[in-house]
Amino acid sequence: MTTAPQAGFAPNRLMRRLLGPVFGTACLLATCTGVAVLTLLLGSIVAAALQGPPRAPWYAIGSNLTEAGSLIRRLATSSQSRMPEFAGYRVGIAGSLWLLGLVALIGIPVGVGAGVYLEEYARPGRLRQIVQTNIANLAGVPSIVYGILGLSLFVRAFGIKAIALGPTLLAGVLTLSLLILPIVVITAQEALRAVPSSLRHAALALGATRWQVVRDHVLPSALPGILTGTILGLSRAIGETAPLLMVGAAGSILQMPRGPLDRYSALPVEIYNYARQPDPAFQAVAAGGILILVTILLIMNGAAIVIRSRFRRYH
Amino acid sequence: MPSSFQKPGNRSAAPQATDLWPGHSRALAFWEGVVTSALVSCAAITIFTTAGIILVLGVQSFEFFRLPEISITEFFFGTTLRPGAHPPKFGIVPLLWGTFLVAAGSSMIALPIGLLSAIYLSEYAPRRVRSVLKPALELLAGIPTIVYGYLALLLVTPILKRLLEPMGFRVETFNALAACIVVGVMIIPLVSSLSEDVLSAVPRGLREAAFGLGATKFEVSTRVVLPAALSGVFASFILAVSRAVGETMAVVLAAGMRPQITLNPLTQIETMTTYIVQVIGGEASYGEPKYLSLFAVGLTLFAITLALNIVSSWVLRHFREVYQ
Repeated sequence: MTTAPQAGFAPNRLMRRLLGPVFGTACLLATCTGVAVLTLLLGSIVAAALQGPPRAPWYAIGSNLTEAGSLIRRLATSSQSRMPEFAGYRVGIAGSLWLLGLVALIGIPVGVGAGVYLEEYARPGRLRQIVQTNIANLAGVPSIVYGILGLSLFVRAFGIKAIALGPTLLAGVLTLSLLILPIVVITAQEALRAVPSSLRHAALALGATRWQVVRDHVLPSALPGILTGTILGLSRAIGETAPLLMVGAAGSILQMPRGPLDRYSALPVEIYNYARQPDPAFQAVAAGGILILVTILLIMNGAAIVIRSRFRRYH
Repeated sequence: MPSSFQKPGNRSAAPQATDLWPGHSRALAFWEGVVTSALVSCAAITIFTTAGIILVLGVQSFEFFRLPEISITEFFFGTTLRPGAHPPKFGIVPLLWGTFLVAAGSSMIALPIGLLSAIYLSEYAPRRVRSVLKPALELLAGIPTIVYGYLALLLVTPILKRLLEPMGFRVETFNALAACIVVGVMIIPLVSSLSEDVLSAVPRGLREAAFGLGATKFEVSTRVVLPAALSGVFASFILAVSRAVGETMAVVLAAGMRPQITLNPLTQIETMTTYIVQVIGGEASYGEPKYLSLFAVGLTLFAITLALNIVSSWVLRHFREVYQ
């Protein structure tokens, strides 16, 4: 090798020294935009919800909290109304809780079952590959397309009156269950994959059947991961608006749903209805609803993150 | 549910056919079969979902195109969309343009910021900072899209008005720019978390070799790690665009419902998703051309997002640098 300097190599010391920190700072700022936006978002929504004459300055946190508390209590206990000072989310919250419970009963077991099948039962091969690719693609389908599916399949049943559910709670539940299926399957699979195979081998060697291995050893070990996926799926379901609009969650329902075949409304759908009103007083009502929704979601997601970091046994 | 213990009387010492896996007794083998078929049907539901989507969209779109007043060429190349007019005009191009405008605008915000934050998280951040920031980004990703839509209406559009109206631009209450901004912010967490995964999967040895040759951290990040993970970064970009294309509520609330082909981002536009919501919220009854047109638009939307997702996974598989 000759040591002749190469023509193209001309190190610019100053540039090299400057560029690094500049780039690092830019990266840090970019990362902070996310957190900053979250703060800005919640702050502006709280401010909008407490709109009106400022009774207490913003730094009087105690009295502001009391005010926010009474606002949320009022919104949570009154139903739809044409007058903003009486409008609230009672029916929507009830509908969302119904949806949450029924999706947890119907959608989650199916998703976990599919995950267990793919990880523990299916032989590696073409069929498994197809199912896997299909699930990955389903995860990318826009939620409104699930709404169209639910509309044709559950609400109208292709025009067959006898099995058409109409715009009932059950139709919404089935649609949302299909919507969250890919998330639940993928997270369940990840959790099951993290369980070491020595555990399965030991149980099989002692004479357990395949289902006994799964039920008594694999599932308990993978439970925290599966629970995380379940919560993530449910929080996706509770925040979805577009598919519910498609399958007929109406914003103007005044009666509480009593069973899965009743008509219903959901919290995000009511928020959408209020947000569309031109009257700025309704904007404050919408902001209050968002406050309720985001609080529920942050609690659910926070729980998922804690469960994952605290109870994860295998990495 | 049968007990997992065997009664001693059930078994003789000699091996029998029922001794073989699965199951040691007939009841247990039966139970195995029941469970297996239940699990298979769970997995089959995922296949049926895809089949259902294709069937529903395909059949009803076919019905739409069979109507005498509809022609396929006019649908895909027509530049006017007036479903209420006589005769109604169904040209999807304004919707495609609106969707493209939102996707392109939001990508211009989300892709650079998302990539920079992924580089920070994977290359620069101390471990403790990272363990705080990553869950925070995940929380941000969990916020429902209706919230972003409301934010566009409440916060972004008024700010745009305050900023741009003194300069002589007219900002409409519903405008494409506000939608682009909120959708962009919405997909930042997606880009950064997917890109961060591939960046941190680049082996340490590459970085150490570059540092050993005297490269600075900036050079290692941009000339070694980034090229090594380029396929994954690109795949995450495509997924983010696909998410922006399918985004509904934020666009419905922010961008308005007037289908037009315009380059001015301060006016109303209409995307494919908005059109679907508009039709279902209106008075169109079943069988009308307007009602059926939502399935044709839905099919187009589904095809576009599916194509983007497939391209994304193809890029990931075929251009991946494999390290040992």
